[in-house]
Amino acid sequence: MVCESWKEKLDTYLDGEVPEQEMRTFDAHVRTCPSCAADALARVQMKRAIQVAGKRFTPSADFRKRMQQRVATKPKRNLNFGWMLAAAAVILVAGVLTTTYLETNSGRYLANRDHIFSEIADLHVETLASSSPVDVVSTDRHTVKPWFQGKIPFAFNLPELQDSGFSLLGGRMTYLDQAPGAHLIYDVRKHHISVFVFQERSFSLDSNSLNPKLPSVAASLAKLPFNTETWSQNGLRYFVIGDASQADIDSLAKLFKAAS
Amino acid sequence: MDVSGADLKPDSFEELAMPLFDQLYNFAQWLTQNRDEAEDLVQETYTKALKGFSSFQLGTNFRAWMYRILRNTFLTSRTGLRVTMTVPLDTDEEGPELAVEHETPETLMFERSNRELLQGAMDGLPVNFREILLLCEVEEMSYQEIAETLSVPIGTVMSRLSRARRALRDRLRPGFQEAAKADIATRTLVRGTNHGL
Repeated sequence: MVCESWKEKLDTYLDGEVPEQEMRTFDAHVRTCPSCAADALARVQMKRAIQVAGKRFTPSADFRKRMQQRVATKPKRNLNFGWMLAAAAVILVAGVLTTTYLETNSGRYLANRDHIFSEIADLHVETLASSSPVDVVSTDRHTVKPWFQGKIPFAFNLPELQDSGFSLLGGRMTYLDQAPGAHLIYDVRKHHISVFVFQERSFSLDSNSLNPKLPSVAASLAKLPFNTETWSQNGLRYFVIGDASQADIDSLAKLFKAAS
Repeated sequence: MDVSGADLKPDSFEELAMPLFDQLYNFAQWLTQNRDEAEDLVQETYTKALKGFSSFQLGTNFRAWMYRILRNTFLTSRTGLRVTMTVPLDTDEEGPELAVEHETPETLMFERSNRELLQGAMDGLPVNFREILLLCEVEEMSYQEIAETLSVPIGTVMSRLSRARRALRDRLRPGFQEAAKADIATRTLVRGTNHGL
């Protein structure tokens, strides 16, 4: 069969490891051959499934902290007279160096926090752009909540929405900084709002550093093209984000806070 | 993650190595299949890498270098030595590809939406198949990066990856467990009969 030679190389093609010219020929063939297209689709699904299933284990916060401390330790150097002179010089400029160090650390810290908010916004947009934004489609919180059982390493409560104006569309698993979490999608007056729930310990930042009442956090959130709210409760970090009004975002957040 | 000489500062190790921490840990636990052993393996990897950082070749792939240290450390550990006793040999011989089926292992798996089924099948793979699948699909390494990490030629990467995928698909076929048990029972019976002769 003509397709046999294609099938032999199908995995290599899907891994993007065949030369560009051959890639184009392959693309053209797959478009016209139902058998190869079906095979390619099945293999792509398998690749995606392995990718999700493969991200299975996360280190504990305690282990991360220990490793961070270990790696941050500078290598020992042999002391000699030259080094002692250098050490004296270092003492003289200690104040300047300390200030610089704190500024650098502060820069990294703020960059990390901005990165988290930016990722949340990306996850929200990417999901809504998808043709199948939710993996569990249900308006019933008693269906959606148990769906997460065994998929994420924590439990959380979903609020009762009766007469609130909000409706639950469904949920899906998500990842942020390689930590698993829950992504729930709500609707209010045709606006979609995402609620993300992660374990607080998944983040390298302490919980207070994400407090939106801090002016620096408020400034970070203000940069996003969405209204947002974030808080920590019972060891879990919640993010609510969407293009609905800030009042709607706050109302949904309030319902979650009351349910937790 | 290529590192040029100009960028290599004394404190670069932390900046380069810590972003890989979660993925290295995930890879370590897949290899060891034990949380404590995975922590020991990651800790030893970082200690070795920190010590050898000055000898790290500038301009080469830092991520592949870290994974290579972790893997070599694993292979010389007690668990690593035990699991590699049963690793199938790499051969260039490939069996014929199966024709497209209406009910492929892939479609069956998706119908069941069973991630645990896939994880269980991956757990059961020989360690050299498991690691190459993780490097390709989870870490999204190129064949060149995988070759550097495993210290094997690209041709071996391709053939091993192909065999790993086939082995995984076989494990996802319905009745795999039953067939494996039946096979063991048959072999035991034959062996017993032969002893009788």
